[in-house]
Amino acid sequence: MAFNLFASKGTSIDNQQFTWRDLVQKPISKLDDDAFTRVRIILMNGIEQEALRFGHMAARFNASLRLPLARIRRAEHHQATMVNWLIGADHSPLETTIAYEQTAIEITAALAQREPDPYLAQVYRFGLLEDFDHLYRYAALLDRLEGKDANNILQSYTDIRPGRPTSEQHRAPPDDLRTPYQRASADFMTKLHALTIVAGEAQTQNYYLNVGPFFSDPLARQLYAEIASVEEQHVTQYASMLDPTESWLEQWLLHEANECYNYYSCVEHETNHHVKAIWERFLDYELGHFHVACDCFKQIAGRDPAEVVNSEIAAPLEYRSQRDFVRRVLAQEVDLRTKGTAFVPRAQESVDSHTYRAIVNADGMPSEAVASGYRWSPGTELRRPDTLGTVAP
Amino acid sequence: MATQTAHVGMNRTGIQMSPLDSKAMQQGDPALPVTDTPDEAALAEMRNEYIMNADGLGSIPLPGTVTGAVTMALQALNGDSPHILLDKLGERLAFERTGTRLYDALITKCDVLLNGDLSMTIDDLEQIRADEARHFRLVADAIASLGGDPTAQTPSGDLAGVESMGLVQVLNDPRTSIAQSLHAIMTAELSDMAGWETLVALADEHDLTELVEDFTDALNQEREHLALVQTWYEEAIGLTFGDMELDDDTAPLSPQPGLAPPP
Repeated sequence: MAFNLFASKGTSIDNQQFTWRDLVQKPISKLDDDAFTRVRIILMNGIEQEALRFGHMAARFNASLRLPLARIRRAEHHQATMVNWLIGADHSPLETTIAYEQTAIEITAALAQREPDPYLAQVYRFGLLEDFDHLYRYAALLDRLEGKDANNILQSYTDIRPGRPTSEQHRAPPDDLRTPYQRASADFMTKLHALTIVAGEAQTQNYYLNVGPFFSDPLARQLYAEIASVEEQHVTQYASMLDPTESWLEQWLLHEANECYNYYSCVEHETNHHVKAIWERFLDYELGHFHVACDCFKQIAGRDPAEVVNSEIAAPLEYRSQRDFVRRVLAQEVDLRTKGTAFVPRAQESVDSHTYRAIVNADGMPSEAVASGYRWSPGTELRRPDTLGTVAP
Repeated sequence: MATQTAHVGMNRTGIQMSPLDSKAMQQGDPALPVTDTPDEAALAEMRNEYIMNADGLGSIPLPGTVTGAVTMALQALNGDSPHILLDKLGERLAFERTGTRLYDALITKCDVLLNGDLSMTIDDLEQIRADEARHFRLVADAIASLGGDPTAQTPSGDLAGVESMGLVQVLNDPRTSIAQSLHAIMTAELSDMAGWETLVALADEHDLTELVEDFTDALNQEREHLALVQTWYEEAIGLTFGDMELDDDTAPLSPQPGLAPPP
């Protein structure tokens, strides 16, 4: 059923209240809950963190927005806390990392197939193959460092195979920029897709930067350093899809609309009743935020929000295994590279990127070392008959 | 509420729970070249350089008092290694301190979950907790008597903290059962016993007769703790009822009324 953002006023910002007890809910089960419940938690945490990041920056540049943004940010901060802390403490930082990459792969694949703009759909497919490779590298690290099977987290929804090799993903900054959508002509959903992916990738970059120092193993630190750097490139890539001529108010309106879209998608798919109740509550909160933004848009910009939010959301974002699509993209596009904003065959990749890569990879490539000879096997590679008797380093 | 023993349910982590997806996942795609032979040499190679060039965790503090510094220097002249003794004392100090907190967490959990199914009582746990706290003070006094600083964290003390981190996480997780918590405590007690054995031997090497006696007492108490915890753990997973008792006659360690030991 289509979802109309103007149909409900949601919960008024005055009624969006929390207690410390309320903020810290019962976490999900790493063992029993569906992997997509965790995927939703991770994505929604990213969405909330993007809301906070954007809200702070917008307030720096807009005196008249400071108070409404401050009130909404208080709620968003508490929403982020409640959502993110649904992750149980039995997830090691590396297991959570596997879950982050599963989120990146499954969400990017879902967005790529829904994106109406063919160029932007290509951007998603390009990034998808890189995150797909990150999952493979981290799975090898999890197996060889902690002796765990990444599939305990993935639950067979997502393949553990190489994509575009991480060691070849390091590019010169000009080759990470993409051509933005045009705010006047772009589809409403195109804008929401872009904000969703930016949120997810920025959160991932942030997470890797923060958890890297938890590892005593220098190889693990190098791998996090390497992949965090690619996530920075991804944030640069995806954020450059946004039209820079959008006003702060227009962007704010889109952010709130996007939060509604994502919580609505979570509500539609959630299998854990406790978590579903949180999605429902926060969808109502976001509708409240959206209408505050609408009021500001009318009063301050003197514009009608329907100019920006100009269509209904036809269907929720899909939460399911995108294995077939990912494999197809892998088979057809793994050798694509970039030259400025264009996607080109491998041989035509820019000289700048080759030069940059030669520099960062000069002392070795952790993503290659960690996965050398690695092939995922159910129950870790130690279960493979050809590894019996070998000793881990 | 955490159940006493694990139950059967919808665990989704294994491949048997999603046979279609798992089959798809394992089916090779000819377009993807993947090396067949596991090769972990490259990992070791990258780590080796770090191992070769690594600094240690940190230093053992110099004794802050003149007496301590003189004693240490004299012992060093005699060929002893007073810094090793100080480092290992720092390790026991850290471990006993954390151990006390582990029992605090277990007591909090048992206040809620203990229901008479085990021979273990809160009083038993309080008594062991008091032992751990006493051992902590014993080691602190020993360090001070040697001129060392019991407030300093030595490298082995730091190490013990990193090693215990998982145990702290287990005990303080509201989802872990008494049986699961006892499993973590057992790991702590096993390590604790080995630590005291080393410390007694070290004190003996340094001819610290009085400390050897005190430490041996502590070691014996730790042995008792381990035997008790092991018994309670086995009860908790349904193996048997325990018949261990603490030396202290005042401790109410007998099995709960109405719970007859198995024949």
